[in-house]
Amino acid sequence: MKHIAMSAALAALATAPALAEVESQDPIRLTTHDWTGQIVNATILQDVLEKAGYNTELVQADYIAQFAGLKTGDLHVAVEMWETTGREAMDEAVATGNVVNMGEGGLVAIEEWWYPSYMEDRCPGLPNWEALKDCASEFATSETAPMGRYLGGPVTWGGFDEERVEALGLDFEVVHAGTDAALFAELESAYQREAPIILWVYTPHWASVKYDGKFIEFPPYSKECYEDPAASVNPDATYDCAKPSGPIWKVAWAGVEEKWPGAAEIIRNYTLTNEEMSAMVSAVDLDGKSIEAVAEEWMAANEEKVDGWIN
Amino acid sequence: MIAPGALFWWALLAVTWALSTWSFQLYKALDARWIIRFPKGWQIDFEGWISAAMKWLLEDATFGLFTFQDLTRFVSSLIELPYDLARAALADGFITGLGSNAVQIAPPLGWVAVTALMMLLALYARGWGLAVLVGACFVYLAVFGQWDSAMVTLASVVIAVPIGVLGGLALGIACYRLAWVERSLRPVLDLMQTVPIFAYLVPILFLFGFGPVSALVATVIYAMPPMVRVATVALQSVPPEVVEAGHMAGCTRRQMMWKVLVPSAAPTLMVGVNQVIMLSLNMVIIASMIGAGGLGFDVLSALRRLDIGGGIEAGLAIVVIAIALDRVSQAFARRLPDAAPDRGAGPLQRHPYITAALAVVVATYLLGLALPALQDFPDRLTLTTSAFWEEAMRWINVTFFDTLDAIKSAFLTYLLLPVKRFFTGIPWAWGILATGLAAARIGGWRLGLMAAVMAGLIACVGLWDKAMTTVYLCGVSVLIAYAIGVPLGIWAGQRAGAHAWVGAFIDTLQTLPSFVYLIPVVMLFRVGDFSAMIAVVLYALAPAVRYAAHGVRSVDPQMIEAGLVAGCTPRQLLWRIKLPLAAPSLLLGLNQTIMLAISMLVITALVGTRDLGQEVYIALTKANVGQGIVAGLAVAFIAIVADRVISAMAAKSRERLGLT
Repeated sequence: MKHIAMSAALAALATAPALAEVESQDPIRLTTHDWTGQIVNATILQDVLEKAGYNTELVQADYIAQFAGLKTGDLHVAVEMWETTGREAMDEAVATGNVVNMGEGGLVAIEEWWYPSYMEDRCPGLPNWEALKDCASEFATSETAPMGRYLGGPVTWGGFDEERVEALGLDFEVVHAGTDAALFAELESAYQREAPIILWVYTPHWASVKYDGKFIEFPPYSKECYEDPAASVNPDATYDCAKPSGPIWKVAWAGVEEKWPGAAEIIRNYTLTNEEMSAMVSAVDLDGKSIEAVAEEWMAANEEKVDGWIN
Repeated sequence: MIAPGALFWWALLAVTWALSTWSFQLYKALDARWIIRFPKGWQIDFEGWISAAMKWLLEDATFGLFTFQDLTRFVSSLIELPYDLARAALADGFITGLGSNAVQIAPPLGWVAVTALMMLLALYARGWGLAVLVGACFVYLAVFGQWDSAMVTLASVVIAVPIGVLGGLALGIACYRLAWVERSLRPVLDLMQTVPIFAYLVPILFLFGFGPVSALVATVIYAMPPMVRVATVALQSVPPEVVEAGHMAGCTRRQMMWKVLVPSAAPTLMVGVNQVIMLSLNMVIIASMIGAGGLGFDVLSALRRLDIGGGIEAGLAIVVIAIALDRVSQAFARRLPDAAPDRGAGPLQRHPYITAALAVVVATYLLGLALPALQDFPDRLTLTTSAFWEEAMRWINVTFFDTLDAIKSAFLTYLLLPVKRFFTGIPWAWGILATGLAAARIGGWRLGLMAAVMAGLIACVGLWDKAMTTVYLCGVSVLIAYAIGVPLGIWAGQRAGAHAWVGAFIDTLQTLPSFVYLIPVVMLFRVGDFSAMIAVVLYALAPAVRYAAHGVRSVDPQMIEAGLVAGCTPRQLLWRIKLPLAAPSLLLGLNQTIMLAISMLVITALVGTRDLGQEVYIALTKANVGQGIVAGLAVAFIAIVADRVISAMAAKSRERLGLT
């Protein structure tokens, strides 16, 4: 048996010439969540680390609950912690000293009110937000009439949409979906019927590839706008502007640096762009390719970049 | 004329209605805001205490030599070992070495081998008919490309079920032997069954670490209580003659338990085993949220990308496994003991099934080396109906949306919203009092006091409004589920042909993960209370049907005979004889309908309701232990009060009918 293991190890060495001696053979555990983009992201980082000779394992874990594991060292790396939804939990974990922020992952999260393009005929002036003032009733449903219906994300996402509606004087009622699956189920349904809808969409996500539509252009976001009523268009209210966009961070268990210093370096270097991510997500979710295949294609196309991170 | 007995109820309703309608005016008139909102200053901070206790348990609790966390981690390594074995045998194969150095020693059992083994088990338990059914179920898994995930799920079921069964049996024996154990365990079991799983997922993750073991622990907690109850009842109802015979034969305490009591209780115990299997499969989706993988994960990820067909196929794979395991375990429950084997026969003749199983494993392994299709089902032969479902859904959506929307609006205007206004308007103080009075009237002052205290605790933690939204949503859903389920059950109970079909239908509804139909429901009815209601109704329908059918079928045939002799028409027979006699069973069905409706709460939070389910879900997404447990307990309190009140009603009705 030992003999077989040896020869397999030799075979692995032969096929990967740039292999450096790694600090520990223990597998580095990368977490995966339940959305495609994140799994693609984790799979690519896994491929990169394996190319450098590390052993890795993908472990499925809840997006927020995973911090419990990252603190104790049960889990090691989380590749996507969104500024917009995970900041609070991340700061809390980093404050304990057991979790470290490994820097930006290159992706930028955009979250905003979004409408399908066919609504431009019914509500001229879009994507400018002021158009919404005149055609809120176009977005009404029987439950919200005469107010328009805006479908917000789950309450846990925050987002200050109730405040935004008030501050900008929009005749909309904010309805919260419970999960993002419910959110996009409504979009799919409305899109099939070309029915009016305006809702919270975020990128990178397959929805912005699959459906033709645009984000609303609110007055630009600034920190002051959220904190100081005087800033932005409404002098008496805060939140009278767009939502902030934010980086997507990489986080890791603090012990990674000691146990696998080389891997920690690679994780810090590793980045993807929004365009790459959107293309890969639609290849998986819309064209039905496997995540592994998409990750391999990316690895093949970006060999130089990967080698640069490793060395 | 109002009967004096009914007067109490009308008065209670009238006062509640008046207070609910005018509570806001009352608050304005008296300038007493405490009437409609529980004062913040009076709130008890259970949430903070529980979070602090949890932190202490995790970081400081110690038994001297080792910490509490060491203990839980040790338990988790104990569970992990057999789980890894099962998973290796079914899904991953036996591997040595790590990562890139990994070498496979032996492949997992191929699809032909697993199918053949399951068929062999069915053959042993019942006969060829069952074996064919089980074989068909497993072939479905292979043909629809669900095999790999299904085996991961099966591996966790294979581990969770024995732990649940043995643990349940051990506790059941303790309950049987010691009355105080039974008394003190009963409320714990109630909580295990009614606190939503989401509420204790986070603490379990903290204690048992990330990965499949935590999922297994959560599954066992959820699936074990019925086994404990069934085991206790089964042991208690062993006929005294049997026990007597054991004593006369000079059994020791241990022999008495294992050679006399447990074997004679075995058929009833198998009912418990069956329940454990079904509940473990119900947990598949939630377990996949914390790292169990398998079919549950496939359902979730398919629905996240709105691949409805993919979700349905993976969901049906869970149903199919449930059906196969359910039928086999039921067959074991009814199986007659084997004739004693011939002493003179060799080991091969004495153990024909084990021999055959070994032969299957060896033969498929060897054949698998030559013909890989026997090991892994070839990808190009797998089928998918995904496109069909997608088109069907689109067609329904485009064609019927407006009609469905009108129906929804009618429901909302005339039923949901008025009921919601009524319940959420009730001032908390009166709500506590009214709950106590109603419960006391039905089940005596002890029950009344318990109900009032539980309602009071809910108000004390500041969850009154959300609890009332919960009561409203569950109440309306139970009403509708009952109104559909009972007639269906009565119809099925009177016709044997209908019974089989209705049975299959409700089995499917109960084991099909609710996520599968939740997303289409949202597409047709948008997010909101109505969608949540439909999901709850679909899930909670099963017990209403089942108990109604059972009640009608088990009416004493002599009574029916008597009715026929007296010249009853079929209608009179139903209304005058069968239904009144089935009343206790119908009430039990109502009880179970309510329990299932409440257990669906957390799922409804996923479509955006604002009830206790949402509170639990928010706690989960923020990993807030205290918040989750407090909200989970509030849900459990509602369930326990409903359970006790209806049990008291059922007891009364049995007494009236002289059925005790």
